[in-house]
Amino acid sequence: MATEVAEHLEVHRHPEPTNFWTKYIFSIDHKVIGIQYIILAIVAVFVGMALSLLVRLRLVWPDKPIEILGTLFPVGAPEGVMTPEFYLAMLTMHGTMMVFMVLTTAPQGGFGNYILPIQIGAADMAFPTLNMLSFWTTFVSFVTLCAAFFVQGGAPIAGWTAYPPLSALDEATIGGYGQDLWLLSIAFFCIGSLLGALNFIVTTLQLRAKGLTMMRLPLTVWTWFVTAILGLLAFGVLLSAGVLLLMDRLGGTSFFIPGGLLVNDIPIDHTGGSPILWQHLFWFFGHPEVYIAILPGMGVTSHILATFARKPVFGYKAMVYAVVAIGALGFVVWGHHMFVSGMSPYSGFVFSVLTMCIGVPSAIKTFNWIGTLWGGKIRFTTPMLYSIGFVSLFVTGGISGIFLGQPSVDLFFHDTYFVVAHFHLIMGVAAIFGMFAGVAFWFPKFFGRMMSEGMGKVHFWLTFLGVYAIFGPMHYLGVIAHPRRYAETTSVDYLGAAGANEIHYFVTMAAMITVTVQCLFLINVVWSLFKGKRVTSDNPWEATTLEWVTATPPAHDNFEGRIPTVNHGPYEFSVPGAPRDYVMQCNAPDAAPARKSGE
Amino acid sequence: MSDAHAEPTAEATWQGGGSPFAVGHKKLGMWLFIVSDALTFGALLMAYSYLRVANDWPTPFDFYPAIIFSSVMTLVLLSSSLTMVFGVSCASKGDRAGTKKWIWATILGGLLFVVLHSYEWNHLIHEGLTPFSSPYGTPLFGATFFTLTGLHMTHVAIGVVYLAVIANGFGRGKYDAEDVEVVGLYWHFVDLVWMFIFPMVYLLSTKV
Ligand code: HEM
Ligand SMILES: [Cu+2]
Repeated sequence: MATEVAEHLEVHRHPEPTNFWTKYIFSIDHKVIGIQYIILAIVAVFVGMALSLLVRLRLVWPDKPIEILGTLFPVGAPEGVMTPEFYLAMLTMHGTMMVFMVLTTAPQGGFGNYILPIQIGAADMAFPTLNMLSFWTTFVSFVTLCAAFFVQGGAPIAGWTAYPPLSALDEATIGGYGQDLWLLSIAFFCIGSLLGALNFIVTTLQLRAKGLTMMRLPLTVWTWFVTAILGLLAFGVLLSAGVLLLMDRLGGTSFFIPGGLLVNDIPIDHTGGSPILWQHLFWFFGHPEVYIAILPGMGVTSHILATFARKPVFGYKAMVYAVVAIGALGFVVWGHHMFVSGMSPYSGFVFSVLTMCIGVPSAIKTFNWIGTLWGGKIRFTTPMLYSIGFVSLFVTGGISGIFLGQPSVDLFFHDTYFVVAHFHLIMGVAAIFGMFAGVAFWFPKFFGRMMSEGMGKVHFWLTFLGVYAIFGPMHYLGVIAHPRRYAETTSVDYLGAAGANEIHYFVTMAAMITVTVQCLFLINVVWSLFKGKRVTSDNPWEATTLEWVTATPPAHDNFEGRIPTVNHGPYEFSVPGAPRDYVMQCNAPDAAPARKSGE
Repeated sequence: MSDAHAEPTAEATWQGGGSPFAVGHKKLGMWLFIVSDALTFGALLMAYSYLRVANDWPTPFDFYPAIIFSSVMTLVLLSSSLTMVFGVSCASKGDRAGTKKWIWATILGGLLFVVLHSYEWNHLIHEGLTPFSSPYGTPLFGATFFTLTGLHMTHVAIGVVYLAVIANGFGRGKYDAEDVEVVGLYWHFVDLVWMFIFPMVYLLSTKV
């Protein structure tokens, strides 16, 4: 029995592929798959940004003809004027692209895939073929989603949350297959994410190198691990909900459609269902999902702050417990999205208190980040700037969350631009800053060249100011009770009187500039690929974790058959008495004389 | 960096270089799959309960044939779990022939379940029950009934194929005892799910 278990634990050493297809397309190498996820996310983020610009244009100039739109979308924008349905369709696709195809793919499937096995000293994931399947399932999901643009009836309009009855009834929309494709795409996405999550968990538990205890894991690994657990528990529920909604649309069932409904004066022939049921199922997934998006960013930030402050992460154990607590509490707060759904005030109270509880581990993390920076010998590299930006955005977005977590306050703020500001800062932009940081930090390991620091810094500052310019004023729009998801508000008196039109104009301008600035990032990536400064060492940042002892870029099996042994904790910087100001995890046990290793 | 090839140990260890639970990847992976699949079924059962409470729910199942039938199906499925246990035990003792025999007995149980269940479906469809209409009252009765039992039956059908693959491969030495154990885990889980569906969907809807 014993030898058998050992056999099952053998690290996967698959032979290096020689042909183009198995090497770059249907690769089972976690590094290639990671890059594939990142490319998918980059394509999706540019599509998503283009959609957001359409949304912004329509908000400021609801009836101004834009000729090119008329040519491109004769139905959605006849004579260049976007219809309200078209606005909603673009909004829905924007949200879906960003939340699923960007924030759920690159941080976990992209960076996690590439870096996690190396940081734990493994040759690959536990199930390499399954890993490939996860990616390609996600890819099919992406293609299915894009197909929704082109079918009869066009893209769905029910928002990324797909609330029924709007999402369930053709009578309520233009009809067509957009929403069906959307649901199909989400179902594929769930399956791909579930397979991925399973793989990450097994890999982290089983494939750690000798000496790499859980409390010596880099915080990046911890956040990928907890994210995978969240994914494993959340996506199954979304899958069920999606299938039920698809049956309502195609099978004539009425899980989510109540009786006695009149839509556009047409009586709807369904009875017995409940739209609230969808909200429960959706948000049981949806809240953990926002942590799926943000946790990897937290890990990357912790990792980078310590590296460039040349200090151990302040309160490593507290950081680990905080991540676990955030993950666990994330499953019991979904009701805070439903305060106005008519829930009992007692339930609202419970959800509110639990929501406030999440503030505690979040604050612990924030203070520990500041503690890590405090008194450090800070090196202001581009990855460091992005990480500090992450902390700023996380705090700003977190504070508005505390407002929204109060049912009495949320009664007013729900479905206003205050919410839009909140989730964009904390989830959208913060997570994206985590990715920027990750790209800038690991680029030298991926490609053997540094990214341009100059372009990086310009991009950081313009983006950082840009996102605050876009989403800062939206808080005010929420305060003046500006509802979200409305295609046309320029002629609403109470909003105009409070200055909403000018603000929308300002925000749209800021958005156009910020989106343009993102091309600089792309240029930086491409330029650095060919012209960036070549790295002179395998460890250009003088970091401590295992990915920096591999070749650059890492060999096919990462460690060229010599799996390291780990003797130290992940963040041994400025160790008193050590010859250098850092001790790598795989250095000899006596490399850090003064401080006890690990713990 | 040590040059020594870090050989994985077979003992449970959290120290790295081995499995914390002294299990192979596949077994741990199956446990995790079961967790996520349990949530998929859990969501459906929650939805079912929610809709059941919110509506005037019919109780149309006669003692004969529905309840008798479903009880026999339950018995068949439970017995197939038992034969699976024998199969796993044979496999761990290295008894290839015995393992194969017991797994095939399990497959037979699974097939019998599917046949009985299809017969039962057929009977209900003849009475006019479909996913979108029901002769007994709210159409949601049919919708939830077919969704829950349908998804479960799919799991049984997949399980039958999976079992056949393992039985065949184990006989030829392609799979080992742990692979048998892993398919066993899956099979017991499918059985366990039925132990929720049977009381919640059938027994609670018995004509009184
Ligand atoms: C270039 C930067 C961005 C701009 C200008 C932008 C703009 C907008 C606007 C104007 C809305 C519609 C508000 C409404 O009418 O309800 C919106 C919604 C949304 N955005 Fe963004 N956004 C940007 C980036 C992102 C990112 C990175 C994410 C990733 C999470 C994201 C996720 C969402 C979501 C989930 C919604 C809600 C969609 C819905 O309710 O259906 N956005 N965005
Ligand atoms: Cu939430």
